Amino acid sequence: MRRAAAAVATAVLALLALPAAAQQRAIPLSELMSGSAFLGADLRSLQNDDFANPGMLWIERGAKLWSEPAGTKKQSCASCHEDAKTSMRGVAAGYPRIDAESGRLVNLEGRINLCRTRRMGAEPFKYESEELLAITAYVARQSRGVPLNVFIDGAAKSHFDAGEKAYRLRRGQMNLSCAHCHEANWGKRLLSETISQGHPNGYPAYRMEWQTMGSLERRLRACLSGVRAEMLPYGSPEYLDLELYLAWRAQGLLIETPGVRR
Amino acid sequence: MAARIQVPASTKRGEVVEIRLLIQHPMETGYRRDDVGHLIKRNVITLLSCRYDGVEVFRADLSSGIAANPYLQFYTVAGKSGELELYWIDDEGKQGSERQAIKVT
Repeated sequence: MRRAAAAVATAVLALLALPAAAQQRAIPLSELMSGSAFLGADLRSLQNDDFANPGMLWIERGAKLWSEPAGTKKQSCASCHEDAKTSMRGVAAGYPRIDAESGRLVNLEGRINLCRTRRMGAEPFKYESEELLAITAYVARQSRGVPLNVFIDGAAKSHFDAGEKAYRLRRGQMNLSCAHCHEANWGKRLLSETISQGHPNGYPAYRMEWQTMGSLERRLRACLSGVRAEMLPYGSPEYLDLELYLAWRAQGLLIETPGVRR
Repeated sequence: MAARIQVPASTKRGEVVEIRLLIQHPMETGYRRDDVGHLIKRNVITLLSCRYDGVEVFRADLSSGIAANPYLQFYTVAGKSGELELYWIDDEGKQGSERQAIKVT
């Protein structure tokens, strides 16, 4: 009896541990293209230049923040996680994910702020602040070259479904969903630009239009503004669900943070 | 003002040395308006100078129209071992500098 229960438990665990890659794909692997593939050669080479990539300024700031003690407990990220190069390798590829303690979906920004409030006794960084962008980019940078691979089963399932719904929801005065551009028409021209597949693997990224670093949510807001839809506030659950769907949709793409985008 | 500088630590006499510099700066053009329509005051790096062993080898007068976080790449010829000093100043009078020694053999 006990053995049978153990076998069931193992089977359940195996199901839970089933990576997203085993699921059906949104875009066939052979057609999957990172946002950098839609850039001109100049921006692509800027992204790949570890010195000239302007996002590296934020990475350097993030490296300093990593070992800067903060909060009532006078702890830094490094106090627990030590060297980010080893401890954070591959971590960003699994976000957004369910936070075991609260059962809520969090992205990398949210996870960092949970660490600050729970473990360091520090104030969370404001969304889209220079500090949060820097530390998020620094953590994500440690996973450069690691393929995105998020869990969409179990507690994440409802978020994933909501994310897909949000992806396909027509919005704004243009009455367009994400899918209308990034699924049905990628590779075609929109004025002077080529429509990308809309993947999140370069974020936080340095965007030429912004002339600065920005989060994935800022990018989503830019798309919402583009179709003349209402922009939700930063950190909204709807963004998180959508981020999870986007990460699944891009599964297998390598993390490029800090990406350089148009 | 955060900045990154890349200069070879050592080189041979007479060799061409590549100097790369990336400065974190908004390079506010002075033509943009904020959310309520007020003109945002111009704030760009106006002068950038590079001295090598005390002698100016490169100078740039920057202005509106140069992107934020400017990246500069220029060259000089290695004479003797010495310090490379980069200095810049913006419209608000904020100054930045970076220095690095070059060893010439």
